[in-house]
Amino acid sequence: MRGLLTVFKKELQDDFTSWRFIILFLLVLLAGVASVWIAAGNIRGTVTGTSSFAFIALFTTSSEALPFSFLTFIMLFIPIVGIALGFDAINNEKNNGTLSRLVSQPIYRDAVINGKFLAGVVTISVMLVSIILLVTGLGVRMIGVAPTSEEAIRIFFFLITTIIYGAFWLGLGILFSILMRRVATSALASIAIWIFFAFFMSIIAQMIANGMAPAGDTMESQVRNIEIQITASRISPIALFQEAMIVLLIPGWRTMGQILQIQTSADTSFMLANPLSLGQSLLMVWPHLMIIILLTVVLFAISYVKFMREEIRAA
Amino acid sequence: MAVVETVDLTKVYNGNVAVDKLNLQIEEGEVFGFLGPNGAGKTTTILMLLGLTEPTSGTARVGGFNCTREPLKVKRIAGYVPEKVGFYDYLTAAYNLDYVAALNGIAKDAASKRIKEALEVVGLGKVANKPVETFSKGMKQRLAIAELLVKTPKVVFLDEPTSGIDPEGVVQVLDLIKKIAREHNMTIVLSSHQLNQVQRVCRRVGIMLKGKMVVQGMIDQLGKQTLGGGRFMVSVKLTEVTPGIVDAVKKIKGVVNVERSGDSLLISCNEDLRPKIAKAIVDSDGLLVNMEIQSFALEDIYMKYFREG
Repeated sequence: MRGLLTVFKKELQDDFTSWRFIILFLLVLLAGVASVWIAAGNIRGTVTGTSSFAFIALFTTSSEALPFSFLTFIMLFIPIVGIALGFDAINNEKNNGTLSRLVSQPIYRDAVINGKFLAGVVTISVMLVSIILLVTGLGVRMIGVAPTSEEAIRIFFFLITTIIYGAFWLGLGILFSILMRRVATSALASIAIWIFFAFFMSIIAQMIANGMAPAGDTMESQVRNIEIQITASRISPIALFQEAMIVLLIPGWRTMGQILQIQTSADTSFMLANPLSLGQSLLMVWPHLMIIILLTVVLFAISYVKFMREEIRAA
Repeated sequence: MAVVETVDLTKVYNGNVAVDKLNLQIEEGEVFGFLGPNGAGKTTTILMLLGLTEPTSGTARVGGFNCTREPLKVKRIAGYVPEKVGFYDYLTAAYNLDYVAALNGIAKDAASKRIKEALEVVGLGKVANKPVETFSKGMKQRLAIAELLVKTPKVVFLDEPTSGIDPEGVVQVLDLIKKIAREHNMTIVLSSHQLNQVQRVCRRVGIMLKGKMVVQGMIDQLGKQTLGGGRFMVSVKLTEVTPGIVDAVKKIKGVVNVERSGDSLLISCNEDLRPKIAKAIVDSDGLLVNMEIQSFALEDIYMKYFREG
């Protein structure tokens, strides 16, 4: 426990004083402010004060000027933040010869990765909390509507999920830093995974769906095609996060399935276009959340198995 | 009781035997020279002794603790300076030591006092608050010794502590090693292939070749055994060395070679000729400051085994 705390404190200090943290913070802050600024302008024009959930719409609204909403930015940038804080955690210490000194001190070896992981998670958390607070403040000033208590709770869950999502990518970075000897290789490998899931997964999901159930003329085959596509894309943690966060931040989003989506969006729908209650929204994203946590745990388990029994030589 | 003890310690990497049934005993308070060419298995043995890698078979004990089963207890009493010792470059020397002190659970107040003293002892007091990236290799090595002074382990493993340092740095590091061994009664295991350096600090050595300990014992005894009498090295310190003295020493029967460095002479001879050397020096009006016998040249012993191996 003492070892873990000591490593944690030192790593936290390193993270916060590093240039990479400052750069990442400014990048995410810039993206956040820009997207909310544009969204606020849009919302002021179209939404009157009476419509519900005007405030959290700030996070999901995009426009032609900036086709990314705050949510999209977070979805794409948080992986970069996680990877940047983790990709050289172990191999850099190996190459500099500090790891063999560190593991010859009287601490359990897992204290090293746990301490580094925890410090990274805290860094991501502090970053996200401050950026979301800043952006929320800006939003309040711009649209003149304060978040309701339900909106505040939804933002809180958004924050928690984003931290877990960041932890997943941090874990990925740390895993590659254990598996690969060179820092450049582990950075590239982590970025490659991110690019794959962020940009290519949807195409691959489409290919899988077209292969398994080509969309024909019938409504039925088209629905089946789209359903397979959605299921396949859920392999990607990015898609999982996006889907869950849309449900959480747009209370009117009632379902993730395709059939009901068509029905609810159509005017002929037999359902009332009421927003979901908070509890129902949370129920819908629960499996997504669990899977992201599970994926993080799996990454960590692999890191453990590799690192705990590894022989550490001075390079 | 032996502080470091191995019984049939063996390590096999992908079918290659790195350490082969090693039996080693190192007594408390001794400075043990662990010799052998590169790839002989010295580092692997040290890693197993520290519990940083698991032996394939056999056991290793440090301070009575099993290195595989109780690595934490071993690490509490053992210090390690790896071959390419590294520090966090962007942090100051004092902070680096602070981190080690915290990892060892040394209380904050006691730690800062110890760190200050340790940095003074190794001559880094003035640069305590400079980042380590500004340090030379020799300074980093001395910082590693300061780390040992902060941790104050019972046993210290030094892996090639002098590789890549300039001659002056080597002298400083070796003197420090001697000093900490004496003042803190630390048991020191020094791995090296720099034989003359080992001879400066160690009395007992073990020579490893291809994973096996081919010989171990006191340097002078080894010399007698292996070289059948062998050579003696006598080092003499004078107030001033004149050519006359050198000639006089060279004329003594049994002297093989005389090397001069500054105001000292290093004399190799076939037997213990100290009285005759002293007489020769005094007779040629030299003023003798110090004379000591360095017994056998370790290099001769080493080369013999090396050739046989």
